[in-house]
Parts: sequence; structure tokens; C-alpha cells
Amino acid sequence: MQSKECKPKKITALNLKSFIPVLVLVISFTSLSVRAQDFLAGGKVTGNFQLDAQVYKADSAIGAEEVEEKMLMNAFANLLYSNGNFNAGLRFETYLNPMLGFDPRYEGSGVPYWFGSWKNDQFDITVGNFYEQFGSGMVLRSYEERNLGYDNALKGARIKFSPTAGVTLKGLIGTQRFFWDQGPGIVRGLDGEIALNDLLDKAGKCKTRVTVGGSFVSKYQALEEIIVNDTSLLKLPANVAAWSARFNLSRGGFTLDGEFASKMNDPSNMNKFIYKNGHSLLLQASYSQKGFGVIASAKRTDNMSFKSNRNERGSVLDINYLPALTRQHTYSLAAMYPYATQANGEMALQGQVNYKIKKGSLLGGKYGTDIALNYARITSIENELPEGTETIVSGTEGYESSFLTFGDELYFQDFNIEIQHKFGSKFKLLVSYLNLNYNIAVIEGHPEDSIPVKASIFIADMTYKFDQKNALKVELQHLGTKQDEGDWLHFLAEYTIAPKWFFTVSDQYNYGNPDKDRRYHYPTVAAGYTAGSSRISLSYGKQREGILCVGGVCRPVPASNGFAVTITSSF
Amino acid sequence: MLLSFTIIIGAAMAQETEKSLPKLPSVTVKNLDGKVINTSELSNNGKPMIVSFWALWCKPCINELTTIADVYDEWVEETGVKLIAVSIDDSRSSSKVGPTVNGKGWEYEVLLDANGDFKRAMNVNMIPHTFLINGKGEIVWQHTSFSEGSELQLIEMVRKLNAGQSLEQH
Repeated sequence: MQSKECKPKKITALNLKSFIPVLVLVISFTSLSVRAQDFLAGGKVTGNFQLDAQVYKADSAIGAEEVEEKMLMNAFANLLYSNGNFNAGLRFETYLNPMLGFDPRYEGSGVPYWFGSWKNDQFDITVGNFYEQFGSGMVLRSYEERNLGYDNALKGARIKFSPTAGVTLKGLIGTQRFFWDQGPGIVRGLDGEIALNDLLDKAGKCKTRVTVGGSFVSKYQALEEIIVNDTSLLKLPANVAAWSARFNLSRGGFTLDGEFASKMNDPSNMNKFIYKNGHSLLLQASYSQKGFGVIASAKRTDNMSFKSNRNERGSVLDINYLPALTRQHTYSLAAMYPYATQANGEMALQGQVNYKIKKGSLLGGKYGTDIALNYARITSIENELPEGTETIVSGTEGYESSFLTFGDELYFQDFNIEIQHKFGSKFKLLVSYLNLNYNIAVIEGHPEDSIPVKASIFIADMTYKFDQKNALKVELQHLGTKQDEGDWLHFLAEYTIAPKWFFTVSDQYNYGNPDKDRRYHYPTVAAGYTAGSSRISLSYGKQREGILCVGGVCRPVPASNGFAVTITSSF
Repeated sequence: MLLSFTIIIGAAMAQETEKSLPKLPSVTVKNLDGKVINTSELSNNGKPMIVSFWALWCKPCINELTTIADVYDEWVEETGVKLIAVSIDDSRSSSKVGPTVNGKGWEYEVLLDANGDFKRAMNVNMIPHTFLINGKGEIVWQHTSFSEGSELQLIEMVRKLNAGQSLEQH
């Protein structure tokens, strides 16, 4: 799909050749039309559509730059066809031009995603573009976040094979989506998972469930030689292998799961071209019963960036996915300083407790009270440079790091508590407190001497129901910090008429900005209408980037200023 | 490929007169014990099912499921309906889903769709997105977003389905 470079071509023998498969398909469909009639009789077409458009207003104050086109739009439509064991689908995407916050390389329109698949009880074969995840994704995950403009779909072929109940084998090969093109690397992967109970204990007598699995992934990118530090010539390996092993144990309310992943030397732009092997370990244990849940997780990551182009930086062409062990916040001020996994190295711990104070007790009241506590702490890995060096040297092993030692540098810490209570049938209240420690130099790449942000956040979220359909929700949020942009206040009022209408007014006020001339307001008004699975919403105002939850749905949005419309529909 | 796809769709559209409804697609998800579940085999013994897509980071989704949790016993008793809550949290948070669901005391059947395969097959864009499935496994109604009181429309649709009435909405 090279939309830009596409020039009219003369029909040559070579071009004709590429038409042959299409011709064969068309002819076979025509000649089989009688059979096709039967085949198509039970077919179903479903799909969805989304359009986002915004008319931009320049606002130098908040950094909203002049947009030459005045209006920008992103839209896509998915169509799925299914008939018994056969499925096919495609997605049309158009970015005219890409909205702010999206990569400008998305400019244009086309069909970057299509597939055909066929399955029976044992086989599932897909050709075209597809998404896949092995285990927790630490060696392979292709996925999409349309509203963030992230898509690393594989294009090639995948076979899933289940020889007997409880055993799933997967094999795949493909290149990854790079905007309207494909990345240069070829990804080959194998994965196997065995649910021991389904295989050995078909009667289901054993109360302990055990699942084990393993993956092997290899990337090929043509051998390359580069010169670093003006002197040394580095040979960058063409084939890079990674593997992982995982398990999941559960019994009653207990679960224990883990995955260890390892990657062979993969000198890349992300790791300063060092030849060290990479690895990652994730361990999680949880217990829950009705009204009580607790989970503890730990993760170590060392040099695990894995891309199908060794020269790329940024969030493109990722072969693997390294989950961040922190809570994803939804209230806008709480989501102001979100953590992003540091693939080059991090040590992470997380714990969470959920508890429901029983209905009918003194603190529980008629409906009970929900309490959630969450704590996460992420630091650097311990990092020892070879003698005589002060920085990581390309073309070497880079550094040494002991497996279980936490590094000295704090990347992120988050303690948060949330209490929710319903006072009678008409009024409910949620209060929350967060204490954040955010290493802005590491996470956002600010200058190394930037002071980490320490922030305290209070949230109160109240909903009052006037009757069965009409309700008013009011959110008050405060973020206090002496660093970065200082203190913020957030106010939101939303009136809903279920199940169709919503009206919202909100404002964010950076009243504590250390620079008095930058104490801006970010006011917004919005309204929306929903009919079944179709929905239109309009908004006008200034928007900070973050996760936006308005009128009953959530999605991540970039910073903007002006008039915006979103239309979505499924059928 | 595109051409043949167009032909297929064209032909399929022509069949629309029969007015058969789309069924639950066949993809694999996991339950909270790590067991692989094929979504086309989800059933409630011939009674209606609600399939609701949600995530831990989605406040309106949590509101919807919390609101329904307060009346769920009554709904089950009256209509026999079963709610299946499909979490689209990825591996970052999917292991927190079980403890959170239990901690909140929800009694739904919970499925983990960690890489969005079920979500894609059901054409879900934004969450919460709630589907009503009849006893034959066909999708008869869907709604996106949640606001206080939307749950009343949902149970009304279940009642209409049980009574054999039309679910057309105006």
C-alpha cells in the first residue's frame, strides 16, 4: 500500500503475472456460482465504523499550533464476513489528514488490513493480516489501539492446531505494519500451551488447575555493518532469537502465574547497539473470595526491547509487549502522570487489595462499601559498567546487572486508595487519594537533572439520581505538586438522560503554575446522543491529552483546541 | 482479494431478506481459572444472555456492572438471564480482574479477552458495549455507553425477548 509512490504502470508481462491470482479467484467464484449460492446462504456481514474530526483553533498559550488544513479527520470501517467455518474481513482507514497527536506518516487512505480464515475443530488457518499474543506478550504481541494510532499487525500466515483437548499449538510468520507499509524484519514464531487438566483429568476431579506454555520467536533482518565511535565496525546479527516459558496454577481462590522471557544479543538503536542478552521475568500471586481480593506482582526487565527494525526508536514495529505493573487511572488528573515501561531495564513491584464492607453492617450501610488499595514501585535495575568506562559502550556487552538487586533510581511510585459508597437509592459517592512519584527525566525524556514530580491527588465523584432516567454527576479533582506545571483543579458536571443523551461542562485550571502567565483554564462543553450501538458526540473547548471519559465511554485523546465530533456505529 | 470480497459481501447482502441474525463468533478467550473457552459455545441453557465488554480502566463500565450487581439476583430470578462480563484488559491488568471482581462481590461469569480477539469479532469500538443474546446464541440487540438508568432499558429488552416481542427501538 504505497499510496504516495504509486504511479501508473504499463502493463508488462510482470504486471500481468500479478493479476493472475486475482483472475483465478474471480473465475473460480464465477464458475462455482451454483455452489457459491449454497455457500453464501448462511453468510453474515457485520462491521463497525468510527469517525473523529476536529476543527482546530490556534492557541499559542496552551501550545495548540496553527493547523494549515483547519480541519483534520481520522476514520475507519471494519467489515467482517462469516459463514460457518469461513471468515474474512477488512478494514478501510482514512486520515485526511491525521489528527494532531497521530503520527503524520498515517496520511492517506487505504485498506491496510484484510484477512481470510478457515477453521475446524483442530485447525485454524489465517492468511493476511492478523493479531496474536503469546503468553503475556513478553516475546510476541501484535495488537491495535485504534484511538492511539498504534497498530503492529502481522501480515503473513498463521496456523493454530489443537491435536487434542487442552493442547494448543500456534505457528506464524509475517512482517509488521509500519503505517502504510511493512517493516523490514520477518517475524517467525511458535507457541505451545498445555492445559494439563483438560489433557489428563477429563473427568475434572482435580481441583488444582495447571497450564504450562512456551514460545520461540525469531526475527530476521538483513545483516548490517555499522561504524561506531569512528573506529569499531559492528556486525549486527541478521537472526535474533527469543524464547519464553510460562505457567499458571489455580486452586479455589488462589492463583499463581509467571513467565520468563529471554532474548539473544540484539544490538539496536534502542539499546545503544550493545550485544548483551536480554530477559524479563513476571511473577504474580493472587487470592480472592467473595468480598475480598488481593494480588501481588513482581517484574524484572533487562534489555528487552525487541523490534522488527533494529534502527527504529519509538512505539513502532514492536514484536513484544512489556506490561507496565501500575494501575491505569481514569480520572483526568490521576492520569496526568502515567507510567510507561522502560524496556531497557526496570524492577517493578505491585500490590492491590479489594474489599467490600458487607451490606447491612455499620460501615456498609444498605448497599455495602467498596474499598480498593493499590501500591506500585518501579526502580532502575542495578547496573555495573566495566572498569574504565563511564557510559555504555556500543559494540560491547554494555554492563553487568545482578538479577535480584533493585537499582538506586526511583522511576515511579504510586500509592492510591479508593472508597465507594451508595447512600440510599439516589446518591452515590466515590472518594480517592493518590500519592505519586514520577521520574519525569526517565519517563518523558526530560533533561537528566529534572526534578522528579511528587504529586498528591484528591478526587470526589458524586452522582445524584433524580428519577429512573435523569442523573447528575459532579467530579471535583485536585492535583498538588511543586514540580512541573504545579497545581491543578478539575471540575466536571454531567447530566444524563438514560439511555440516550448526555450533556457535560468541565474545566481544568492550572492555578498553581510557577509561571503566573501560564495559569490557564481548559474549559470544554460536550453533548452526545446514543441510539443502540450508534453514537454521535460533539465537543467544543480545550483539551489536555489523556484518557477521556465522557458520556459513558472512555478513550485516550491527544491535546487539542476547537470543535470536535465523534461518530461511531456497530452493526 | 478485494474483488472477491466485494462479490461475497454483495451476495451475502442479497440474502438479507431471510432476516437471520448474526451468531456469537467463534474465537477463544480465557476464564479466570485460565481455561480456554470458545465464545461460540457460550450458553445459558436456552435462556437469554447479556454479554458486556468492559475494562478495569473504564469507569462507566464499572458503574454499569456495579449498578447491575445490586439487582442481578432479581434479574436472574425473574428472567433467567445470565451476564457474561468480558474484560478487554491486556496482560498489564488482566491478572487483577479476578481479585477485583471478587472483591466487589460480582456474581457474573467473567472472561478475559486480553488481546481483543472477541472484541474485534463483535465489532466493539468503545466500551461499555453490551449485547443481548437470545437462547439460540443469536445477537438480537446491542447498546454502547452507560448512564444511570440505562440498566432499566437493558432488562426491559430481556423481558421483551422472553415475551417474544420485537426489540426494535425508536
